[in-house]
Amino acid sequence: MTALPQPSFSAALIPLPTSIIAASQDSAACQDLWGRLFNLRPIVNRPAAREPLCGAANPSCSRLSAGSLCAPPTQLLPWTAVKITDLVKTFGSFIAVDHVSLEVSKGEIFGFLGPNGAGKSTTIRVLCGLLTPTSGSASVNGFDVATQPEEIRRTIGYMSQKFSLYDDLTVEENIDFFTGMYGVPRERRAERKDYVLRMANITERRKALTRTLSGGWKQRLALGCAILHQPAVLFLDEPTSGVDPIARASFWELIREMAAAGHTIFVSTHYMDEAENCGRIALMYSGKVIALGPPADLKRDMGLPTMEDVFVAMIEAEERKAAA
Amino acid sequence: MSYRRLRAVFIKELHHITRDPLSLGMALAVPVMMLVLFGYALSLDVDQIPALIYDQSKTEASRDLIQQFQASRYFEIIGFVGDYAAIERGIDTGKALMGVVIPLDYSRNAGLGGNAPVQILLDGSDSNTASIALGYAESVTQAYSLELRSQMQNRRAGGSSNSNAAAAPPVQAQTRVWYNSSLESKNYVVPGLIAVILQIIAALLTSLTIAREWEMGTMEQILSTPLRPAEMVLGKMFAYFVVGLADSVIAVLVGVFIFQVPLRGSLPLLAFSTCIFLFGALFWGIFISAAARNQLQAYQMGLLSSFLPAFLLSGFIYSIETMPKPIQAITYLVPSRYFVTILKDVFLKGVGVQVVAGELGLLSLYATLVFLFATRKLNQKVA
Repeated sequence: MTALPQPSFSAALIPLPTSIIAASQDSAACQDLWGRLFNLRPIVNRPAAREPLCGAANPSCSRLSAGSLCAPPTQLLPWTAVKITDLVKTFGSFIAVDHVSLEVSKGEIFGFLGPNGAGKSTTIRVLCGLLTPTSGSASVNGFDVATQPEEIRRTIGYMSQKFSLYDDLTVEENIDFFTGMYGVPRERRAERKDYVLRMANITERRKALTRTLSGGWKQRLALGCAILHQPAVLFLDEPTSGVDPIARASFWELIREMAAAGHTIFVSTHYMDEAENCGRIALMYSGKVIALGPPADLKRDMGLPTMEDVFVAMIEAEERKAAA
Repeated sequence: MSYRRLRAVFIKELHHITRDPLSLGMALAVPVMMLVLFGYALSLDVDQIPALIYDQSKTEASRDLIQQFQASRYFEIIGFVGDYAAIERGIDTGKALMGVVIPLDYSRNAGLGGNAPVQILLDGSDSNTASIALGYAESVTQAYSLELRSQMQNRRAGGSSNSNAAAAPPVQAQTRVWYNSSLESKNYVVPGLIAVILQIIAALLTSLTIAREWEMGTMEQILSTPLRPAEMVLGKMFAYFVVGLADSVIAVLVGVFIFQVPLRGSLPLLAFSTCIFLFGALFWGIFISAAARNQLQAYQMGLLSSFLPAFLLSGFIYSIETMPKPIQAITYLVPSRYFVTILKDVFLKGVGVQVVAGELGLLSLYATLVFLFATRKLNQKVA
């Protein structure tokens, strides 16, 4: 974390496409590099955020990965993207989120892991301003979720667990609708639409009804619609559930590219293997965060080879604690 | 309030509407069907009442009286019988609604110029028709007895040629019916029916719109965007307003061309008040949809909350003045009550805006309040 080898350091400073493509082509080998990249965030992301924009100004930006890199968040926001302090959310007598505190920095891919019903979705909904915290506080991009939900909505993208585009609208109509919702400036609309179509690899099917698309395409389109306004923070609630492994892999590729472009990604999943894609993860179990850190550190600390093992061991420990 | 977001919602809703041609077809066809069905079925006109005659007298005078019944367009004599049992059978089987019994001494009584009672037997199981039939029967017999009396007076006066004025009944009402001179019930029913149908259709059009988004999960998605509730409510309302307006035009055309209801008032006033009314009714559907979050429940609530009050409490067919006071008080909360009044006034009386300004004001107030309720109900939280 402290002393980084010079090559990866410079790789992070030179125009980012090179390092991102390397990471995406051989993700296993790059895991370590990723871990370090995230720890390097301050250095990596500052230049990335100042990258010139794509489009007319930079015609060389035609490739997908380059496209995403040309689309850094447009908002100037504080360094801490998400800050949760002692957050509690109850529904009646059920405690969905139990005194959770954590912080996510700008440009990080932060993974939220845990079984169904652990409180991941509830936490994300609180952060998106869709639920009011019972107690404690949370802020996104420096805005308080309880008092400034309007400001938050302008600076985040959210992809809910349930697939949520309009089935009876065409691909383009869905994009146009969300372009309107997010108030993308007129001069950037065509460019953003083009970007999303290319990103979701769906340009030829732009006139097709969304319901005729397969799961993986829908997922990418939903992601595209959530980032039309280049949000500083992107909340993805189990974005890959119900998608085949190949689509999942390419979806994560996209997420990594976006993080490299300076978007903060806050993603929940119950696929343990996906944890490896995250810079840091929080393990959630019955409303509490039971472990927090980079996946490599967690595995090393537990002395276990995979995240799955770590997860199972942690939960067993929790259950023993609860039983005792 | 962002015009762009409002417009985006409006366009999106129009896409939903056009992508579902079956629902759109229903939304446009159902009002015509309802209007034609109710317009004919809800006829309050009573004529050609099937009647049986039991003439015990069998005299010139009794035949004269029967002649009066035959001449009236309100009665149709379906047969002459020889006993009460036959009348009873006729009424029991529903063939006849009325029996007229002319007693044995009718001719003598009539000739004396005194009381000449005639018995009218009515099927009271349909009290409305029965009381109307009774009224007609009374007027036929009274007119005839007046005629008899004046004939007798003429005879007594020795047939002097200029005694006609003196022979006429002392008080005579010269009636003139305004606005619906032929007293046809369709002229009265159809304008009110248009109001009732628009109320139901408008509420149903929008009652699913937000509940559907909750069920599909799209609501959560758009709540996470900067979209404000007011923009969503207005955007959706205007999209369905297009359909509601098409329905209104169709309903008015059916009323004027199929039912031949006179449209005496100004078309702009009719259009303006229809718009105000539609706003309120559409907002109401949205409010229900936002409250229910479930399409089935929203549909049922939409139907109940629009159909029942509009049908029973709007005064379109059941006169508000004759309702018990507490019910009358409730009718002030029913928006279709004001629209029924406006439509009847504009169609039949041809009144100007100054006459219906009060109703228009109340409809505007209603639309504004329901808009605020709907906006508040969409408070941007998922739970």
